Amino acid sequence: MARLGYALAAVLGLAAVGGGAAGMLGREWTLAVPWLVPLGGLELALDPLGGFFLALVGAAAVPASIYAIGAAGGAARGVGAYLVFVAAMCAVPLAANVMTFALAWELMSLASYFLVLHERERPESVQAAWAYAVMTHVGLACLLGGMLLLSAWTGSVRFADWRAGAPLLAAGARDLAFALLALGFAGKAGVIPLHIWLPLAHPAAPSHVSALMSGVMIKLGVYGLMRAGVDWLGGGPAWWGTALLLAGVVSAVVGVLYALVEHDLKRLLAFHSIENVGIILMGLGAGMLYRQAGLGGLALLGLVAALYHTANHAAFKGLLFLAAGAVVHATGTRDVERLGGLIKRMPWTAACFLVGAAAISALPPLNGFVSEWLTFVALLQNTQIAAPPLNLVFALGIAGLALTSGLAMACFVKAFGITFLALPRSDAAAGAREAGPAMRAGMALLVAACVALGLGPTVVLPRLAAVAAPLAGAGAPARPALGDWLTVQLSGDFASLSPLAIAAALTLGLAAPLVALRLAGASRRRRLYETWGCGRMLQTARMEYTATAFANPFKRVFDFFYRPAKRLDIEFHPESRLFVERIEYANPTRSIFEDWLYRPVLAGLHAAARSVRPIQSGSANLYLAYILVALIVLLVFA
Amino acid sequence: MIAGAALGLLQVFVVAAGAPLLVGVLRTLKARLVGRRGPSPWQPYADLRKLLGKDAVVSETTSWIFRVTPYVLTASMLVTALVIPVLVTRPPLGFAGNIVLLMYLFLLGTFFLALAGLDAGSAFGGMGSSREVAVAALAEPTVILAVFALALRAGTINLGGVVERVEAEPWLAVNPAHLLAFAAFFIVMLAETGRLPVDNPATHLELTMIHEAMVLEYSGRYLALVEWAAAMKLFLFLTLLANLFFPWGVTHLAEPVPVALGLLALVGKLAVLTTLLALVETSVAKLRLFRVPELLAGSFALAILSVMAVFLLR
Repeated sequence: MARLGYALAAVLGLAAVGGGAAGMLGREWTLAVPWLVPLGGLELALDPLGGFFLALVGAAAVPASIYAIGAAGGAARGVGAYLVFVAAMCAVPLAANVMTFALAWELMSLASYFLVLHERERPESVQAAWAYAVMTHVGLACLLGGMLLLSAWTGSVRFADWRAGAPLLAAGARDLAFALLALGFAGKAGVIPLHIWLPLAHPAAPSHVSALMSGVMIKLGVYGLMRAGVDWLGGGPAWWGTALLLAGVVSAVVGVLYALVEHDLKRLLAFHSIENVGIILMGLGAGMLYRQAGLGGLALLGLVAALYHTANHAAFKGLLFLAAGAVVHATGTRDVERLGGLIKRMPWTAACFLVGAAAISALPPLNGFVSEWLTFVALLQNTQIAAPPLNLVFALGIAGLALTSGLAMACFVKAFGITFLALPRSDAAAGAREAGPAMRAGMALLVAACVALGLGPTVVLPRLAAVAAPLAGAGAPARPALGDWLTVQLSGDFASLSPLAIAAALTLGLAAPLVALRLAGASRRRRLYETWGCGRMLQTARMEYTATAFANPFKRVFDFFYRPAKRLDIEFHPESRLFVERIEYANPTRSIFEDWLYRPVLAGLHAAARSVRPIQSGSANLYLAYILVALIVLLVFA
Repeated sequence: MIAGAALGLLQVFVVAAGAPLLVGVLRTLKARLVGRRGPSPWQPYADLRKLLGKDAVVSETTSWIFRVTPYVLTASMLVTALVIPVLVTRPPLGFAGNIVLLMYLFLLGTFFLALAGLDAGSAFGGMGSSREVAVAALAEPTVILAVFALALRAGTINLGGVVERVEAEPWLAVNPAHLLAFAAFFIVMLAETGRLPVDNPATHLELTMIHEAMVLEYSGRYLALVEWAAAMKLFLFLTLLANLFFPWGVTHLAEPVPVALGLLALVGKLAVLTTLLALVETSVAKLRLFRVPELLAGSFALAILSVMAVFLLR
């Protein structure tokens, strides 16, 4: 029964891919059911941008659902919520008026809330779901505020009317609407400092749901930012793009820094989602800045880079979450310090995780590299804007992106190396078994997507350019020159890239030393022996490097950010302090955002709540009096 | 087409065959500078030959990652040799990518090497991996900003384009932005190729080493490949420094005479840079590991200054 549900979700995903692809190719489609809900009725519309995100949701849902058939093992809990979740995510990019959008958005949030509560016996899950519910509804409040303001000012609840009306509004009104909408959408996208729910909620859900939440749900926040900033409001002053670009830099660097010191495999991946949303926002912010400066071609490049990275992140992060889920499934733990040696026990999962890790580290010729390259090329051309402060912002973006990719590589060396290589660090890891065929099929689909998106930018880019062209503003070429089938050629001679040629050259480069060694008459014998250990007799897992130790150089370099608190607990033998009975060492990091932002805000809320407590006397008569006073006040002001 | 392929092979051959000699010359120079006689400059070839003849001893703990890594590492260096302007400004695979590709090709090698360091399950390997990726990650922003400073002037980030532009306007090479970027890139080169004061290529003392700790488990032909790739990385970084900042001699003609002249020019420039490197390595002590980030931050500051100088002097 449960399997049937997941199969249904996979079919739904396929349908979404088909519909979305039609939308991207320019097929228009609308559906209006005015009587179904109040305030404008139900209205859906398909356009290229919505089509892209619809196809993305579908393309991520298919492998996740196939994987779930194997992973859930027939357990019925969560199937219904999962189906609703996928359907609601399909509806969000299609929504064409405020009511439809709010319904789809809230349905998506609620369904995922129940999926986060999957293991409701565990207190952490309950806490995660609570944080998620609060943050998502604060975001919803911002969104509704912005949308209602826009509806009131333009006199319509239909998004199509905003496109015509919003650019005519006063600058202050547009700024306010953008700020509210951007806050709401950025919260869903997990942009720092609104990310607090993400590393709690994503790991708590089952892995196929985590893959969808990280892969596509937070991307719908990006969708909202694109829709609101560029489509509805028609691009704004330079500070919109600057704010998005800077938010992107901060999210990328901070996200990867948190991931580096995180040893819970799924939380680590969740922090990387924050990082990748940051990279997407860099492309989007750059695109908006170029658009504002009237450089249509470059605006197109920035938006395309953002879209490409959106698709890529869905592929490799989905893959990584599914592979991490397979590890959790096999070992029962998410703590990398208790894993190790899995490459011999789960070779398929290890290979899939390795592909995902290489892709997210932007190693050529996989897909992460292509979109980071595009983002670099978009950022590097900022000299065409003649405004030194803005150029400095761009330079920050360039340096931030480079640092991020270096740190991401380091983090995935840790994640893969400690989890899959060397000796198992616990019995659970030693007894792990390979994932089943359905789970492997789900992962294999995403591996194929990573490779295809990496090798095929010459095919993908024109499609994405067609999606982004209407958003790039004046001066954007309808059919930009992007090179030929082999090479991507951007902005004339500025930059070119050919993943196919690189892949071919790398293959030759792998074969060349093999041939050269043979010709040079090198020894072909290999002797197995134990790892060299300074003459010690036995190698055990305790002699391996740990994830904590691996991340320690970063903890020391960035200690102003991590603010590590060292705790050393030593219990001595009662006879003499020279003998230690027990020693405990902890070196936890402290979150700047929790300490300096959320805690003060929560404390303020609590204080405010306490100060209004006196009016809650418990007497019904007093409450009736309040109602009467409120009514009179309303009547006076009305 | 055939000329292009021949040119590509020639570039790869120059890098692959010249790299051990470069390392040998550097070692001899360093020995002479501290008053030793030192080995012959051809010693690295003899070392490689000896290693190739030996059996490879592989730890039982390792997986296929460990065995594949030397090949991936070598492949990434060979592809780099096809992409960057070693002898000609537009090498046959120059269209395939630019400086961003280069950065990530080097990262590809580092990624696999660091994984291989963890694969054997010894503490040394893990320690080396952790330090190597830390240095590599912190060096990234400087590389890209230094090149950005060059690209700002050249109007392209295709390496061949940068070279041609500086060749056409030689006065570009003496402006402050250019010199600052050179200094930044030089420091990054020291870090990326594991030279003093960041790492000591001559030591096997576990507390101080980075690269050597990571490759401790390798032997036989695998070690030969890893050492050869490390030599190629040094050769490529010095070539980048030589040809991006002082591009004279790099030709845009794929004909025998200019290419031969280009080779001569390259040898001359590398000789100067190798002497400079030997001087630096003999005159500074190795930094403590946790002082290295300060050095890299310094090089980052130089790169930022270089970018600002371009904007201010525009």
